[in-house]
Amino acid sequence: MFVQAFSFLVQKFHSLSDDLIPFHLYTKSNNILEENESCVPPELSKSLNKADTENESKEMAFTLKVWRQKGNDHAGEIATYEAKNVSPDMSFLEMLDVVNDSLELEAIDPIAFDSDCREGICGACSLVINGQPHGPGSGVTTCQLYMRSFEDNSTITIEPWRAKAFPLIKDLCVDRSAFDRIIQVGGYVSVNTGSAPDANSMLISQDSAEEAMDAAACIGCGACVASCKNASAMLFVGAKLKHLNILPQGQPERKQRTSSMIEAMQKEGFGNCTNEYECEAVCPKNISADHISFLNRDFIKSKIRDN
Amino acid sequence: MTLQANIPTGPLENKWENHKFDLKLVNPANKRKHRIIIVGTGLAGASSAATLAELGYNVLSFTMHDSPRRAHSIAAQGGINAAKNYQNDGDSVYRLFYDTIKGGDYRAREANVYRLAQISTNIIDQCAAQGVPFAREYGGTLSNRSFGGAQVSRTFYARGQTGQQLLLGAYSSMMRQVNTGRITLYPRREMLEVVVINGKARGIIVRNLVSGKMERYAADAVLLATGGYGNVFYLSTNAKGCNVTATWRAHRKGAYFANPCYTQIHPTCIPVSGSYQSKLTLMSESLRNDGRVWVPLQPGDIRSPDKIPEHQRDYYLERRYPSFGNLVPRDVASRAAKSVCDEGRGVGTTGRAVYLDFADAIDRDGENTIRQKYGNLFDMYREITDENPYQGPMRIYPAVHYTMGGLWVDYNLMSNLPGLFALGEANFSDHGANRLGASALMQGLADGYFVIPYTLGGYIASTSQEDVNTDHAEFQKAEQEAVDRLESLLSIKGRRTVDDFHRELGLTVWDYCGMSRSANGLDEAREKVRSIRSEFWDNVTVSGTPGEFNQVLERAGRVADFMEFAELMMCDARTREESCGGHFREEYQTNEGEALRDDENFAFVSAWGYNGVGNEPVLNKERLTFENVQLTQRSYK
Repeated sequence: MFVQAFSFLVQKFHSLSDDLIPFHLYTKSNNILEENESCVPPELSKSLNKADTENESKEMAFTLKVWRQKGNDHAGEIATYEAKNVSPDMSFLEMLDVVNDSLELEAIDPIAFDSDCREGICGACSLVINGQPHGPGSGVTTCQLYMRSFEDNSTITIEPWRAKAFPLIKDLCVDRSAFDRIIQVGGYVSVNTGSAPDANSMLISQDSAEEAMDAAACIGCGACVASCKNASAMLFVGAKLKHLNILPQGQPERKQRTSSMIEAMQKEGFGNCTNEYECEAVCPKNISADHISFLNRDFIKSKIRDN
Repeated sequence: MTLQANIPTGPLENKWENHKFDLKLVNPANKRKHRIIIVGTGLAGASSAATLAELGYNVLSFTMHDSPRRAHSIAAQGGINAAKNYQNDGDSVYRLFYDTIKGGDYRAREANVYRLAQISTNIIDQCAAQGVPFAREYGGTLSNRSFGGAQVSRTFYARGQTGQQLLLGAYSSMMRQVNTGRITLYPRREMLEVVVINGKARGIIVRNLVSGKMERYAADAVLLATGGYGNVFYLSTNAKGCNVTATWRAHRKGAYFANPCYTQIHPTCIPVSGSYQSKLTLMSESLRNDGRVWVPLQPGDIRSPDKIPEHQRDYYLERRYPSFGNLVPRDVASRAAKSVCDEGRGVGTTGRAVYLDFADAIDRDGENTIRQKYGNLFDMYREITDENPYQGPMRIYPAVHYTMGGLWVDYNLMSNLPGLFALGEANFSDHGANRLGASALMQGLADGYFVIPYTLGGYIASTSQEDVNTDHAEFQKAEQEAVDRLESLLSIKGRRTVDDFHRELGLTVWDYCGMSRSANGLDEAREKVRSIRSEFWDNVTVSGTPGEFNQVLERAGRVADFMEFAELMMCDARTREESCGGHFREEYQTNEGEALRDDENFAFVSAWGYNGVGNEPVLNKERLTFENVQLTQRSYK
């Protein structure tokens, strides 16, 4: 069932996915990765730094290669900055704060990047670090990444999310409002305030509630899109569909929701899934790619009814 | 000006019902002709936007974020209270009301709190219907837990992400209305001025954060749901962007600011590790159920904790509060940690931390049991500090995490400035001097889903509004003020960064107006704040131009407002010569060192009027009357 549904989608979306990747940008970032040979696997750098933390006053230094771009209609380029006196206990964004402070004092335009809660839940932070969305950590956002995960004196490359559906605003900030536009066509249960029955009048098994919660934990950061060679948003959309489509509250609108959200996803210019599983690997909330199979199944079901 | 709280007459339990009937209704066909501005898209902002749009109003929703879903309500962990009594354990609307009034140390309005408790049950129904994945029992009913020392289980939760799930519920309802066209969404906009015409709030000036351009919006009412002011301390558990600008700008236009000195400090946060630190992270206080808090007996003992023998440790909470021990309330635990660190007995590199030790619990219950209970918190601690809390004690320190003060509002959530409403953490109304755990989410959603739809209608239906458009002179004036302020920030070209000033301000507020305050300290600190502010306007560096995406300029504007706000906060703390809830004045304590209220002289709300920067603000008092509860003193010995 999954394979059938999946190949159906591949065909359906194939023409779309071709023009999704901004190739010039990808070529650029790939080159940078090759340059950056000092990058070590996270486990190794972690163990290297274990020894370092014995010495509390240990300071680190890094060479940063940062994507700078004034706006979407300007050309971008990589700029190099030195980050000195970095504490291993600094978060990645705090390291950037310190670099920005020094840039400001030198009257250089500071690096623009999005962040807010700095505890891994708001979904604002969005950096591609050494080629990986949210950097080398597993199950963490950029703001939860600490400098001790990097090798001292290494070069770190920092880029924005790259996808046609996420136009660049400045430097490392992109516009992710496409996600909101997908939600607005169906990512809800249509229930007006005041019309709800008593909460316990609808029984929901613990398993269903847990399964829905697993999917609902998505923070809408867009790392899935940034990691995908097709810039696919199917993990994001699949997780929302799973959350609502398995709960009894979501049943009346299930088919409509599925087809509307998938249609909106295509319209926004997101690509199609080709089973790379990069999205699952970089997801800071460990959202499972199984939700994409769920999306495929529900998509087929919604079409059967329509035809 | 006398403060009209507009509390309905009649018995407590009938006030809201009667009031809803008395409020005039807006003809359904006319609702779409009324434009309503809502600033902020957290729980209060998103829920009010969704509900008002469902009713047919023409809603304009503004957020400084790229998406409404990023508002800081998303970070609330614990849960949401509701007087459902699903557990059959003796909960009731009255008990929730009573606990909230008492928890707030008798500095909140009875009528507001009773309404909040009444509405709490509807909130759970609404959120469950939206598909919020609340925790469930095996039989499929909703699960509850006891929270924050409550004696009944009335807290509903979705793992440790209740705020996230409730916000996503409100956000999805709101986005549904965006799709119908009843809400127009304006992301990446920051409100810089309220526009007042003929004494009424009629619009706002916002800066488009992407283009840098100023934009004007007119409406029949302006709702501020812009959160609290915790970031005046620089370091707090708030998100980096949380700020006081919207409420402060409204205050400067005439809205009273109430009880700014009431702030809540949470005892179990991960301590500061260096001067570069940008925020603090909260860990659930459930950790205190099994962890023992201690510091070395001797000041300056820098040995690692495993080298300090039992008899050279001071389990100070167990020593000072034998019956409650490590489980004393948030404010008591926080102050005790501060005092041992002040004595030079703090631990860690900064000396501003105490140990939270699980060694005994692990010996008693085994590591697996502790892992099951607190595994996610231990992992979080390890991730941030790179230390293994199964092998040695955690280090913790208190941090600011909620502000009970806010814009003064009447029973209808309207400020003294007609047409200007404040919802959620942005207003002052329901938590008194101290907020109970799991009550912030309840209040934000109560205001947005179930209070404002009625009270706003009452205002719209009973007020005649002249036609106003954004060419009006007041719009031009307000926009010019905002432009001038940004221009002057950019023209200083000094030698210190915005963050540098913010850190200095925050440290001053933390040291003198944090966990404990004194008359001398506050007088001194107020002078300090003035001098920091004056240096700021002389020596800050803000790069770039106003007409572009400029994050430094955004921060500079917010810090400039915190500079003014901090002085009001100190003024309020200085004037309140008693200790209550989160406000502890060293001069007013019992022999055992507990907070000493003065109900005779201070059972009032301080509602401050603006009188120009650096001038004495004007104090208006709203007397609090308690007809239903008996005022008592807390004791945890």
